[in-house]
Amino acid sequence: MTHQKITLAKGLNMGLRKAMEADDKVLLMGEDVGKLGGVFRITDGLQKDFGEDRVIDSPLAESGIVGTAVGMALRGYRPVIEIQFDGFVYPAYDQIVCQVAKYTYRSQGKVKMPIVIRIPFGGGIGAVEHHSESPEAQFAHTPGLKVVACSNPVDGYWMIQQAIAHDDPVIFLEPKRQYHADKAELDESATPEPLFTSRVVRAGTDATVLAYGPTVKTALKAAEAAETEGRNLEVIDLRTLSPLDMAPVLESVRRTGRCVVTHEAHVNLGMGAELAARITEECFYSLEAPVLRVGAFDMPYPPSRIEEEYLPDLDRVLDAVDRTFAF
Amino acid sequence: MSDPASARSDTFGPDLAEVFGPSQSDGGPDLVQLLTPEGERVHHPEFDHDFSAEELRGLYRDMVLTRRIDVEATALQRHGELGIWAQLLGQEAAQIGAGRALRPQDYVFPTYREHGVAYCKGVDPLRLLGLFRGVDQGGWDPNENNFGLYTIVIGAQTLHATGYAMGMQRDGVVGTGDPERDAAVIAHFGDGASSQGDVNEAFIFAASYNAPVVFFCQNNQWAISEPIERQTRIPLYQRALGFGFPGIRVDGNDVLATYAVTKAALQRAREGNGPSFVEAYTYRMGAHTTTDDPTRYRLNDELEHWKLKDPIERLKVYLRRNGLVDQEFFDDLDAEAKEMGHHLREGCKALPDPKPLDQFGYVFSEMTDEIAAQRDEFAAYLASFEGSHS
Repeated sequence: MTHQKITLAKGLNMGLRKAMEADDKVLLMGEDVGKLGGVFRITDGLQKDFGEDRVIDSPLAESGIVGTAVGMALRGYRPVIEIQFDGFVYPAYDQIVCQVAKYTYRSQGKVKMPIVIRIPFGGGIGAVEHHSESPEAQFAHTPGLKVVACSNPVDGYWMIQQAIAHDDPVIFLEPKRQYHADKAELDESATPEPLFTSRVVRAGTDATVLAYGPTVKTALKAAEAAETEGRNLEVIDLRTLSPLDMAPVLESVRRTGRCVVTHEAHVNLGMGAELAARITEECFYSLEAPVLRVGAFDMPYPPSRIEEEYLPDLDRVLDAVDRTFAF
Repeated sequence: MSDPASARSDTFGPDLAEVFGPSQSDGGPDLVQLLTPEGERVHHPEFDHDFSAEELRGLYRDMVLTRRIDVEATALQRHGELGIWAQLLGQEAAQIGAGRALRPQDYVFPTYREHGVAYCKGVDPLRLLGLFRGVDQGGWDPNENNFGLYTIVIGAQTLHATGYAMGMQRDGVVGTGDPERDAAVIAHFGDGASSQGDVNEAFIFAASYNAPVVFFCQNNQWAISEPIERQTRIPLYQRALGFGFPGIRVDGNDVLATYAVTKAALQRAREGNGPSFVEAYTYRMGAHTTTDDPTRYRLNDELEHWKLKDPIERLKVYLRRNGLVDQEFFDDLDAEAKEMGHHLREGCKALPDPKPLDQFGYVFSEMTDEIAAQRDEFAAYLASFEGSHS
């Protein structure tokens, strides 16, 4: 079947399967990725079809998962590892930033690190603490890592395959809130866009809204709502956080003169800060207002009963849009 | 408290001798030894090896040359040619014994002190200096000699070793019955590293997947200024049992025993029987690195005690006593060591500094547009100085 309606979870599962079929050096590893198919079922059925040597249930040790993946990559494999939840990536932080990120540099290019680290990220699922975090800036701040975030089923299908085929380490962020939320039509015969590119997902003329992962849907809803108030917002799905693909962003902001960045991560020193700085450097004379950021407050993720008051929502995005027009 | 010895007993309580036993300083009753500090050949029921005269002379030569590498590099640091050097003085037997037990297809994951193992693997000792001089971060291709890059983060490489061993399993080069094909991995680390989470995770992964990896710990008694008692309440080799694989304590100053034990452990791994832990019980006679001052934390008595166990001297005694060497052998070796010293001294000074723009290379397998832009901008900035003094 080349055309079908799929969820993000299905798209990722299909993409992983395709990558494993295409290259027998691709291995999956993580906690519960085998028989259970992962706690989000992203690896569902893969161990049954590819065997325990290629879909490896690991001990409960995140640094161990990443560290052994480094060794497997050195042996010529392409490990795709799953960190079960965003907040559990920190025990593996040293291996990711000191080893995965630096091996190619330290070896002066003699060694490649084709590792994909899949992290279900973001909040909004009513989870307990450590299950809803947005650690992307910490990895985007690390030279040697590439960081991407998918936002929809079709991107999930293509981007995971592209990340696995890529020769450098990729932190692959999956908005867990979207895993089973919406379906989209996948055309498997289509030609995908390159991995490290941003994309305009809604054309507009009055202001640019930048988003990635879970906030793309929020931004699109905000744009729909703004339309009723006579404001035509352009929405860009960044898709890649490191390297950033600034060309579509700069082109858009030069046209609209206004920009709002939204993400679930903390505002302080987050992706929005970097985007605001770059836009200011490049588009200073086109700006009608400062670049505004809408993100989480600078505090630990709150108890889930009040997470909707913490996460940026449609109203807070619209409020920021209003503020850009007030300048 | 000015006396380090009394500080230790106060800190760790009166039951210390009870825990470690009075023979702790000698490695305890389970220590595998084939050559005593006095140069007497002894035998072990499980780990023994019939060494030929040529093998013995070879091991002696390797240790002498390794010590020369270390001495020259230490001198180069004192002359300001190296920023720092991690000395191995006293650990030659542990490294040469392990290094010579390796086959070409075996892969090494070192710390930053494995100069003797690197030498055994055919890495030019000059290449080791780059990291310490600051001209590179490992000037050798890890896959050329199956010798990984030096690892500064303590214990991180034990996981890489385990993952690499898991890759070997998947490549079908373990337990095939073909000795030319079967391969294993060795992970080097120190007693301090045994406290790291990564090392313990590596033990669990290796045991869980029966990975062909030998965990080779050089217990040199000190993690910078912290004694082994600060890392463990039981002898380190006994920890392995808790992870489900054998732990062996070998006299790390006895190159014959280290060779025999490591060879057996590697063979066990190659044959598909899983990991093992070798604790080479040794002593760091020098400082942790050239920036360290061991006189601040350990007694001279301890050093003098261990000098009597010098790994090179005891084999020398054995070779002489058994008429396996003549003066020509020592003269030739002396000349070879001098040549090694010359190679390192002259080679070190000739190591080229990287060019300013080189820093932009190899962040990724291919240059990204972002980094290329930063490189070009910096190049233009540097070019703007040209001719400014004319």
